[in-house]
Amino acid sequence: MVRLITQNLLSCPSNACAYPANFPLSFRDVSTIEVVETDFNEDFIRRHLPKLEWNALRKSAAELGNTDLPEVSPDLSDAASVPVEVIKTLHHVLLEIQVQDGSMACPSCNHNFVIKDGIPNMLLAEHEVRK
Amino acid sequence: MLPTPVTSHLSKNELYDSVYDPAEDTFILLDALEQDAQLIKDSRICLEIGSGSGCVSAFAGQICGSTSCLYLSTDLNPNAALCTDETGKVNNIPLNPIIADLTSPLASRLDKSVDLLLFNPPYVETAMDEMSVAQESGKIDTTWAGGEHGMTVTNRVLNGGLVEKLLSEKGIFYLVAIQQNKPEQIIQDMLPHGLHGKIVLKRRAGREHLQIIRFARTVIES
Repeated sequence: MVRLITQNLLSCPSNACAYPANFPLSFRDVSTIEVVETDFNEDFIRRHLPKLEWNALRKSAAELGNTDLPEVSPDLSDAASVPVEVIKTLHHVLLEIQVQDGSMACPSCNHNFVIKDGIPNMLLAEHEVRK
Repeated sequence: MLPTPVTSHLSKNELYDSVYDPAEDTFILLDALEQDAQLIKDSRICLEIGSGSGCVSAFAGQICGSTSCLYLSTDLNPNAALCTDETGKVNNIPLNPIIADLTSPLASRLDKSVDLLLFNPPYVETAMDEMSVAQESGKIDTTWAGGEHGMTVTNRVLNGGLVEKLLSEKGIFYLVAIQQNKPEQIIQDMLPHGLHGKIVLKRRAGREHLQIIRFARTVIES
Protein backbone atom coordinates (compact mmCIF):
# COMPACT_ATOMS: atom_id res chain seq x y z
CA MET A 1 0.00 0.00 0.00
CA VAL A 2 1.35 3.42 -0.85
CA ARG A 3 0.48 5.74 1.95
CA LEU A 4 0.66 9.51 1.54
CA ILE A 5 3.25 9.68 4.31
CA THR A 6 5.53 7.69 1.99
CA GLN A 7 4.55 9.47 -1.23
CA ASN A 8 5.33 12.80 0.47
CA LEU A 9 8.93 11.53 0.78
CA LEU A 10 9.38 10.26 -2.79
CA SER A 11 11.09 12.21 -5.54
CA CYS A 12 12.14 11.12 -9.00
CA PRO A 13 15.47 9.22 -8.92
CA SER A 14 16.41 10.12 -12.51
CA ASN A 15 19.76 11.85 -13.07
CA ALA A 16 17.96 14.25 -15.39
CA CYS A 17 15.97 15.64 -12.47
CA ALA A 18 16.86 17.67 -9.41
CA TYR A 19 14.95 18.21 -6.19
CA PRO A 20 12.58 20.04 -5.70
CA ALA A 21 11.55 20.13 -9.37
CA ASN A 22 11.08 16.34 -9.24
CA PHE A 23 8.67 16.47 -6.28
CA PRO A 24 5.91 15.65 -5.55
CA LEU A 25 5.14 12.84 -7.93
CA SER A 26 1.64 13.21 -9.40
CA PHE A 27 -0.80 10.36 -9.03
CA ARG A 28 -2.19 9.06 -12.32
CA ASP A 29 -4.64 6.34 -13.28
CA VAL A 30 -5.27 5.33 -9.70
CA SER A 31 -7.66 2.41 -9.99
CA THR A 32 -7.63 1.03 -6.44
CA ILE A 33 -7.56 3.03 -3.22
CA GLU A 34 -8.23 1.48 0.16
CA VAL A 35 -9.05 3.35 3.32
CA VAL A 36 -7.66 1.33 6.18
CA GLU A 37 -8.46 2.25 9.75
CA THR A 38 -5.17 2.65 11.60
CA ASP A 39 -4.35 3.15 15.28
CA PHE A 40 -3.97 6.83 16.11
CA ASN A 41 -0.69 7.90 17.67
CA GLU A 42 -0.91 11.65 18.23
CA ASP A 43 2.72 11.94 19.27
CA PHE A 44 3.94 10.25 16.11
CA ILE A 45 2.05 12.65 13.87
CA ARG A 46 3.24 15.70 15.84
CA ARG A 47 6.84 14.57 15.62
CA HIS A 48 6.51 14.00 11.88
CA LEU A 49 5.23 17.53 11.19
CA PRO A 50 8.61 19.13 10.46
CA LYS A 51 9.18 16.55 7.71
CA LEU A 52 5.97 17.34 5.86
CA GLU A 53 5.79 19.28 2.65
CA TRP A 54 2.32 20.67 3.23
CA ASN A 55 1.41 21.95 -0.22
CA ALA A 56 2.65 18.76 -1.86
CA LEU A 57 0.67 16.66 0.60
CA ARG A 58 -2.50 18.68 0.03
CA LYS A 59 -2.10 18.42 -3.74
CA SER A 60 -1.47 14.68 -3.62
CA ALA A 61 -4.38 14.06 -1.26
CA ALA A 62 -6.65 15.98 -3.61
CA GLU A 63 -5.48 13.80 -6.50
CA LEU A 64 -6.83 10.88 -4.47
CA GLY A 65 -10.11 12.63 -3.78
CA ASN A 66 -9.40 13.97 -0.29
CA THR A 67 -9.70 17.69 0.36
CA ASP A 68 -9.73 17.63 4.17
CA LEU A 69 -6.47 19.48 4.67
CA PRO A 70 -6.67 23.28 5.09
CA GLU A 71 -5.00 25.38 2.41
CA VAL A 72 -2.94 27.27 4.94
CA SER A 73 -0.42 25.06 6.65
CA PRO A 74 -0.24 25.13 10.44
CA ASP A 75 3.11 26.02 11.95
CA LEU A 76 4.90 22.73 11.33
CA SER A 77 7.91 23.81 13.36
CA ASP A 78 5.76 24.24 16.48
CA ALA A 79 4.22 20.80 16.77
CA ALA A 80 2.58 21.41 20.13
CA SER A 81 0.61 24.36 18.78
CA VAL A 82 -1.18 22.44 16.06
CA PRO A 83 -4.81 21.72 17.04
CA VAL A 84 -5.62 18.07 17.65
CA GLU A 85 -8.34 18.20 14.98
CA VAL A 86 -5.69 18.94 12.38
CA ILE A 87 -3.52 16.15 13.80
CA LYS A 88 -6.43 13.73 13.44
CA THR A 89 -7.01 14.83 9.86
CA LEU A 90 -3.32 14.37 9.13
CA HIS A 91 -3.44 10.89 10.64
CA HIS A 92 -6.22 9.96 8.26
CA VAL A 93 -4.63 11.54 5.21
CA LEU A 94 -1.08 10.32 5.86
CA LEU A 95 -1.73 6.79 7.06
CA GLU A 96 -5.23 5.60 6.24
CA ILE A 97 -5.55 6.38 2.52
CA GLN A 98 -3.64 3.64 0.70
CA VAL A 99 -3.08 3.35 -3.04
CA GLN A 100 -3.02 -0.22 -4.28
CA ASP A 101 -2.90 0.24 -8.06
CA GLY A 102 -2.06 3.25 -10.18
CA SER A 103 1.03 5.24 -11.01
CA MET A 104 2.98 8.35 -10.11
CA ALA A 105 4.61 10.73 -12.59
CA CYS A 106 7.60 13.00 -12.20
CA PRO A 107 6.60 16.66 -12.69
CA SER A 108 9.96 17.33 -14.28
CA CYS A 109 10.76 14.45 -16.65
CA ASN A 110 7.29 12.86 -16.79
CA HIS A 111 8.62 9.39 -16.05
CA ASN A 112 5.81 7.12 -14.91
CA PHE A 113 6.33 4.95 -11.83
CA VAL A 114 3.83 2.11 -11.53
CA ILE A 115 2.16 1.14 -8.26
CA LYS A 116 1.05 -2.48 -8.33
CA ASP A 117 -0.41 -4.43 -5.41
CA GLY A 118 0.46 -1.50 -3.19
CA ILE A 119 4.16 -1.45 -4.08
CA PRO A 120 5.63 1.50 -6.01
CA ASN A 121 8.33 0.66 -8.56
CA MET A 122 10.88 3.46 -8.48
CA LEU A 123 13.39 1.81 -10.81
CA LEU A 124 14.46 3.59 -13.98
CA ALA A 125 15.73 2.41 -17.31
CA GLU A 126 19.52 1.90 -17.26
CA HIS A 127 20.40 5.24 -18.84
CA GLU A 128 18.32 7.21 -16.38
CA VAL A 129 19.92 5.80 -13.26
CA ARG A 130 21.40 8.43 -10.94
CA LYS A 131 25.11 7.63 -10.59
CA MET B 1 14.44 -11.92 24.15
CA LEU B 2 12.11 -10.52 21.54
CA PRO B 3 10.57 -13.10 19.23
CA THR B 4 11.96 -13.42 15.70
CA PRO B 5 9.37 -12.14 13.23
CA VAL B 6 7.27 -14.78 11.51
CA THR B 7 8.56 -15.44 7.99
CA SER B 8 7.06 -18.85 7.33
CA HIS B 9 5.18 -17.43 4.33
CA LEU B 10 8.46 -17.40 2.40
CA SER B 11 8.45 -21.15 1.95
CA LYS B 12 4.78 -21.24 1.00
CA ASN B 13 4.83 -18.91 -1.99
CA GLU B 14 6.83 -19.50 -5.18
CA LEU B 15 7.01 -15.74 -5.72
CA TYR B 16 9.38 -15.57 -2.77
CA ASP B 17 11.91 -18.06 -4.17
CA SER B 18 14.21 -15.17 -5.08
CA VAL B 19 13.85 -13.57 -1.65
CA TYR B 20 16.60 -14.11 0.89
CA ASP B 21 15.42 -16.42 3.64
CA PRO B 22 16.47 -15.04 7.05
CA ALA B 23 19.72 -16.69 8.07
CA GLU B 24 22.57 -16.20 10.54
CA ASP B 25 23.50 -12.83 9.04
CA THR B 26 19.92 -11.68 9.58
CA PHE B 27 19.85 -12.98 13.13
CA ILE B 28 23.09 -11.33 14.20
CA LEU B 29 21.63 -8.01 13.04
CA LEU B 30 18.46 -8.68 15.04
CA ASP B 31 20.57 -9.45 18.10
CA ALA B 32 22.58 -6.24 17.66
CA LEU B 33 19.37 -4.22 17.47
CA GLU B 34 17.98 -5.90 20.55
CA GLN B 35 21.26 -5.31 22.38
CA ASP B 36 20.90 -1.60 21.52
CA ALA B 37 17.17 -1.40 22.21
CA GLN B 38 17.50 1.50 24.67
CA LEU B 39 19.57 3.41 22.14
CA ILE B 40 17.21 3.00 19.18
CA LYS B 41 13.73 2.70 20.71
CA ASP B 42 12.83 6.37 20.14
CA SER B 43 13.55 6.26 16.41
CA ARG B 44 10.94 8.10 14.33
CA ILE B 45 12.10 7.15 10.85
CA CYS B 46 13.63 3.76 10.11
CA LEU B 47 14.99 2.98 6.63
CA GLU B 48 16.17 -0.46 5.59
CA ILE B 49 18.17 -0.79 2.38
CA GLY B 50 17.64 -4.17 0.76
CA SER B 51 14.86 -5.39 3.02
CA GLY B 52 14.59 -8.87 1.49
CA SER B 53 11.96 -10.71 3.51
CA GLY B 54 11.29 -7.68 5.71
CA CYS B 55 12.34 -9.62 8.79
CA VAL B 56 14.72 -6.94 10.08
CA SER B 57 12.30 -4.04 9.66
CA ALA B 58 9.54 -6.05 11.33
CA PHE B 59 11.90 -6.74 14.22
CA ALA B 60 12.83 -3.06 14.49
CA GLY B 61 9.10 -2.49 14.72
CA GLN B 62 8.96 -4.48 17.94
CA ILE B 63 11.64 -2.30 19.47
CA CYS B 64 10.51 1.09 18.22
CA GLY B 65 6.76 0.46 18.26
CA SER B 66 4.21 -0.24 15.55
CA THR B 67 2.75 3.29 15.56
CA SER B 68 5.68 5.36 16.84
CA CYS B 69 8.00 5.10 13.88
CA LEU B 70 7.77 5.25 10.10
CA TYR B 71 9.25 2.09 8.57
CA LEU B 72 10.50 2.55 5.02
CA SER B 73 12.39 0.00 3.02
CA THR B 74 13.80 -0.48 -0.44
CA ASP B 75 14.73 -3.50 -2.48
CA LEU B 76 15.64 -4.05 -6.14
CA ASN B 77 13.56 -7.20 -6.24
CA PRO B 78 9.80 -6.64 -6.64
CA ASN B 79 9.11 -9.96 -4.98
CA ALA B 80 11.17 -8.94 -1.96
CA ALA B 81 9.10 -5.77 -1.69
CA LEU B 82 5.92 -7.88 -1.82
CA CYS B 83 7.35 -10.23 0.78
CA THR B 84 8.32 -7.31 3.03
CA ASP B 85 4.74 -6.10 2.76
CA GLU B 86 3.38 -9.48 3.84
CA THR B 87 5.92 -9.84 6.64
CA GLY B 88 4.81 -6.48 8.01
CA LYS B 89 1.16 -7.51 7.93
CA VAL B 90 1.78 -10.93 9.47
CA ASN B 91 3.78 -9.36 12.30
CA ASN B 92 1.49 -6.32 12.78
CA ILE B 93 4.13 -3.75 11.95
CA PRO B 94 3.14 -1.31 9.17
CA LEU B 95 6.00 -1.44 6.67
CA ASN B 96 6.33 0.71 3.56
CA PRO B 97 8.35 -1.20 0.98
CA ILE B 98 9.50 0.46 -2.23
CA ILE B 99 11.11 -1.17 -5.26
CA ALA B 100 14.19 0.98 -5.71
CA ASP B 101 17.91 1.09 -6.26
CA LEU B 102 19.42 1.69 -2.81
CA THR B 103 17.86 4.95 -1.54
CA SER B 104 17.53 6.91 -4.76
CA PRO B 105 13.87 8.01 -4.56
CA LEU B 106 14.08 8.92 -0.87
CA ALA B 107 17.48 10.55 -0.39
CA SER B 108 16.42 14.11 -1.28
CA ARG B 109 13.47 14.19 1.12
CA LEU B 110 15.16 12.21 3.89
CA ASP B 111 18.15 14.52 4.19
CA LYS B 112 19.41 14.29 7.81
CA SER B 113 16.16 12.55 8.74
CA VAL B 114 16.79 8.85 9.25
CA ASP B 115 17.10 7.81 12.90
CA LEU B 116 17.69 4.14 12.19
CA LEU B 117 19.39 3.03 8.99
CA LEU B 118 19.78 -0.69 8.36
CA PHE B 119 21.72 -2.56 5.69
CA ASN B 120 22.47 -6.25 5.33
CA PRO B 121 24.21 -6.08 1.97
CA PRO B 122 25.27 -8.74 -0.53
CA TYR B 123 28.61 -9.14 1.28
CA VAL B 124 29.97 -12.37 -0.16
CA GLU B 125 33.25 -12.04 -2.04
CA THR B 126 32.75 -13.12 -5.65
CA ALA B 127 34.56 -12.71 -8.95
CA MET B 128 33.36 -9.56 -10.75
CA ASP B 129 31.86 -11.42 -13.67
CA GLU B 130 30.04 -13.74 -11.29
CA MET B 131 28.62 -10.67 -9.63
CA SER B 132 27.48 -9.03 -12.89
CA VAL B 133 25.76 -12.21 -13.93
CA ALA B 134 24.11 -12.45 -10.54
CA GLN B 135 22.96 -8.83 -10.53
CA GLU B 136 21.49 -9.17 -14.00
CA SER B 137 19.75 -12.45 -13.28
CA GLY B 138 17.47 -10.90 -10.70
CA LYS B 139 17.53 -14.21 -8.95
CA ILE B 140 18.57 -15.15 -5.43
CA ASP B 141 22.26 -14.57 -6.23
CA THR B 142 21.78 -10.80 -6.17
CA THR B 143 21.11 -11.12 -2.48
CA TRP B 144 24.63 -12.23 -1.64
CA ALA B 145 27.07 -11.65 -4.53
CA GLY B 146 29.28 -8.73 -3.58
CA GLY B 147 32.18 -8.69 -6.03
CA GLU B 148 35.67 -7.70 -4.91
CA HIS B 149 36.06 -8.19 -1.14
CA GLY B 150 32.27 -8.48 -1.17
CA MET B 151 32.10 -4.67 -1.08
CA THR B 152 30.77 -3.59 -4.48
CA VAL B 153 27.22 -2.82 -3.37
CA THR B 154 28.21 -1.71 0.12
CA ASN B 155 30.64 0.79 -1.34
CA ARG B 156 27.90 2.41 -3.38
CA VAL B 157 26.25 3.28 -0.08
CA LEU B 158 29.38 4.13 1.91
CA ASN B 159 31.39 5.98 -0.77
CA GLY B 160 28.32 7.64 -2.21
CA GLY B 161 27.99 9.78 0.91
CA LEU B 162 24.55 8.34 1.48
CA VAL B 163 24.98 7.57 5.16
CA GLU B 164 26.02 11.02 6.30
CA LYS B 165 23.36 12.53 4.05
CA LEU B 166 20.54 10.43 5.48
CA LEU B 167 21.35 10.07 9.16
CA SER B 168 19.66 12.45 11.57
CA GLU B 169 21.77 14.11 14.25
CA LYS B 170 21.40 11.15 16.59
CA GLY B 171 20.81 8.65 13.81
CA ILE B 172 22.47 5.24 13.86
CA PHE B 173 23.48 3.00 10.96
CA TYR B 174 23.88 -0.77 11.33
CA LEU B 175 25.83 -2.65 8.67
CA VAL B 176 26.32 -6.41 8.41
CA ALA B 177 29.83 -7.43 7.37
CA ILE B 178 32.16 -10.41 7.28
CA GLN B 179 35.90 -10.51 7.84
CA GLN B 180 36.63 -10.51 4.07
CA ASN B 181 34.96 -7.08 3.84
CA LYS B 182 37.76 -5.77 6.09
CA PRO B 183 35.55 -4.17 8.75
CA GLU B 184 38.41 -2.32 10.43
CA GLN B 185 39.20 -0.68 7.08
CA ILE B 186 35.53 0.22 6.60
CA ILE B 187 35.53 1.94 9.99
CA GLN B 188 38.73 3.84 9.13
CA ASP B 189 37.35 4.91 5.75
CA MET B 190 34.16 6.27 7.28
CA LEU B 191 35.91 8.64 9.67
CA PRO B 192 36.44 11.35 7.01
CA HIS B 193 32.69 11.07 6.35
CA GLY B 194 32.15 12.26 9.90
CA LEU B 195 30.99 8.86 11.08
CA HIS B 196 32.28 6.90 14.04
CA GLY B 197 32.05 3.13 13.66
CA LYS B 198 32.30 0.32 16.13
CA ILE B 199 31.99 -3.43 15.84
CA VAL B 200 29.19 -4.13 18.32
CA LEU B 201 28.66 -7.82 17.76
CA LYS B 202 30.65 -10.70 16.31
CA ARG B 203 29.63 -14.23 15.62
CA ARG B 204 30.98 -17.15 13.65
CA ALA B 205 28.42 -18.92 11.46
CA GLY B 206 29.97 -21.79 9.54
CA ARG B 207 32.86 -20.30 7.59
CA GLU B 208 31.62 -16.74 7.91
CA HIS B 209 32.95 -14.46 10.64
CA LEU B 210 29.96 -12.14 10.90
CA GLN B 211 30.17 -8.69 12.38
CA ILE B 212 27.78 -5.84 12.96
CA ILE B 213 29.29 -2.40 12.55
CA ARG B 214 27.38 0.47 14.12
CA PHE B 215 27.96 4.02 12.86
CA ALA B 216 26.87 7.33 14.35
CA ARG B 217 27.87 10.97 14.08
CA THR B 218 29.36 10.84 17.58
CA VAL B 219 31.13 8.18 19.60
CA ILE B 220 28.56 6.26 21.61
CA GLU B 221 29.62 5.45 25.15
CA SER B 222 28.37 2.01 26.07
